[in-house]
Amino acid sequence: MSKLVKSLREAIKLAGLKDGDRISFHHHLRNGDYVLNMVMGEIAEMGIKDLSVNASSLFDCHLQLAEHIKNGVVTELLTNYMSSALGGLVSGGLMEKPVQFRTHGGRAADIVNGSTPIDVAFIAAPAADEMGNFTGKLGKSACGSLGYAFADAMHAKKVVLVTDNLVPHPLAMRSIDETYVDLVVEVPEIGNPAGIVSGTTRITRDPVGLVMAQTATKVIEASGLLRDGFSFQTGAGGASLAAAQFLKDIMLKKNIRGSFGCGGITGYMVDMLNEGCFESLIDVQCFDLKAVESLRENPLHTEVSAMMYASPDAKSAAVDSLDVVILGATEIDTDFNVNVHTDSNGKIMGGSGGHSDTAAGAKLSMIIAPLSRARLPIVKDRVFCISTPGKTIDVLVTQKGVAVNPARKELAERLKDAGIKVADIHDLKAEAEKLCGVPAGLEKGEREIAEIIYRDGSKIDSIYQVK
Amino acid sequence: MLFLPGNTPNLILNGDSLGADAIILDLEDAVAPDQKDAARVLVRNALKTLEFRGIEKIIRINSLDTPYWKKDLDEMMPCRPELIMTPKTSCAKDVLQFDAYMSEAEERLGMEKNSVRLMPLIETALGIENAYEIASASDRVVAIFLGAEDLSADLRCERTKEGKEIFYARGRIVMAARAAGKDAYDTPFTDVNDDEGIRADAALAKALGFTGKASISPRHLDAINEAFSPSEKEIDYAYEVIKAIRLAKEQGRGAVALRGKMIDKPIVMRAEQTIRIAEALGLGRGDE
Repeated sequence: MSKLVKSLREAIKLAGLKDGDRISFHHHLRNGDYVLNMVMGEIAEMGIKDLSVNASSLFDCHLQLAEHIKNGVVTELLTNYMSSALGGLVSGGLMEKPVQFRTHGGRAADIVNGSTPIDVAFIAAPAADEMGNFTGKLGKSACGSLGYAFADAMHAKKVVLVTDNLVPHPLAMRSIDETYVDLVVEVPEIGNPAGIVSGTTRITRDPVGLVMAQTATKVIEASGLLRDGFSFQTGAGGASLAAAQFLKDIMLKKNIRGSFGCGGITGYMVDMLNEGCFESLIDVQCFDLKAVESLRENPLHTEVSAMMYASPDAKSAAVDSLDVVILGATEIDTDFNVNVHTDSNGKIMGGSGGHSDTAAGAKLSMIIAPLSRARLPIVKDRVFCISTPGKTIDVLVTQKGVAVNPARKELAERLKDAGIKVADIHDLKAEAEKLCGVPAGLEKGEREIAEIIYRDGSKIDSIYQVK
Repeated sequence: MLFLPGNTPNLILNGDSLGADAIILDLEDAVAPDQKDAARVLVRNALKTLEFRGIEKIIRINSLDTPYWKKDLDEMMPCRPELIMTPKTSCAKDVLQFDAYMSEAEERLGMEKNSVRLMPLIETALGIENAYEIASASDRVVAIFLGAEDLSADLRCERTKEGKEIFYARGRIVMAARAAGKDAYDTPFTDVNDDEGIRADAALAKALGFTGKASISPRHLDAINEAFSPSEKEIDYAYEVIKAIRLAKEQGRGAVALRGKMIDKPIVMRAEQTIRIAEALGLGRGDE
């Protein structure tokens, strides 16, 4: 027996895909992904219409999707993140139906609990055997963890693997096994390695970013959470990485041995593991080659599903045990609500990803953002849309001071005692406005272009087309 | 003190958030000739608009051998910066030329005389030899500043991280400044990525008697602040010295011993200075 079929078209036929079905993709090949476009091109040629696409994230490389939307091949989009190329078109009114944005944890939960059933999952597999054991750790298109593909593989009605690296059965270093897989297709290339993971992620050299990173580190130290057993997640942004670097120095100096580092993993987190700052890494996604290599080689660097990472439906998830998470924001309001979906013109250029999940789970969720970007204040009276509710955000770190959520009075006291400049968020807003002026607000149009579905399945906000 | 190029709005905007006690807004070497006007306008407007809370503002203007220095002073004096740094200052006459022009401006603008102070930047062999006359040329001069990059070019030697080539200059600057009753500031360390190097360099400057040290990168500020801040132990000792002196006075004793050592006048002066610095840094111990 073999699940290997000759062509993608045959796989689509055998999977029984028909008009009105929902298909899914993971985004581990990031901006180097060829699979989504390849599959959608084939489907369009086959004349299948009215599909719902559930892609864990959509990058600029997926711009072709716009054509399939215009032609009626795709009529519904579910995703956790959409970069600006497609985001701009969606914001311009590309789709009839509003896009459904979820969180990484929420997407996995809704696939598992049946709220968003998937008919056919097309899974890019950097290494697979003919029976469907597969992994992202090996091959020329290696991307490391396949965390976001677990829910799709385990719960879609049909699962099609697309690989450019067919290996002899059984693939020993499998991430997901053959029991879930229906069909395997071999193609010349599933992605462009240059776009899949960055060679190296770099910390910022911007002095303002470094100042914020240093302050963030002081906040973590003062919070009382930095002790043996400490757990930590940070994004791959320059200032967040710098904070991780500073934190590593403190942990080594004070001989603090943390429990785990979590999330999208970069080489900086790998260094922290290797130098003894953590017992293990919980990796749902690799951001650079060092992380991919470490996941492959180091048994303490573990691959986890999006469910284990962040599902609100799971009996427990890693984010529930997080001490500290460092996050970014395109805007934050005086109630600490954060927008990571749109730019300052109200156009879609991102999404929650794990933002809301980690903010909800971590004991200390911290936003790092400069007071202004491109002469626009970052702190607003009200964000254009709420990605992450303010009640789950504890601290805003800017270069001009730190604002603490009023619900966390004891934290504010701790920070003040440690000599950290704690400011009222309204004062930070006023300071930014004094420098930049008050920007004209965006006028929301009638048309809802996207809905933001919180991790518990409730709709917390809508993104409206800007007039 | 941190150098910020006069044509970098984002850095200037955040000048009070980068961890320096003073910022040097640079109109000279960091600004290309075709950017001089733009930098002057930007710095002028920054000084007028931004508060720079708790930060001393120093402007490095262009040198006497350029066509820019008068225009720099014309634009800067009305903004009342705390200090003007004058590059390539080589003799007392240079100081007096700046001084006279600044005095005229102060009078014209109705400002108090000598309200804007001078910090000559000494960065030529002639300047080093004339350091004492530069430091004592005018009451307006509060400190002198060693610039090692131009100096090593003038000395025709390589500028190294270890700084052997400027050892004499460093000693000379500190000696001249202290002899004239002024402060002395050390040249920046130029390798932004060498954390160990900056620590060693700052410690050396402190050991030689410099009042402080400049930096071209915010990354170096922590190391510099650490080197120039008195340690817990030094602060404790300083308070003990003052307490012992007070007790001795109360008891009418002349000679005072602490930890088996006689406390003489220089020790008391150093203790007072340590406490002054500690209090300025918020490390004071109140009325102990």
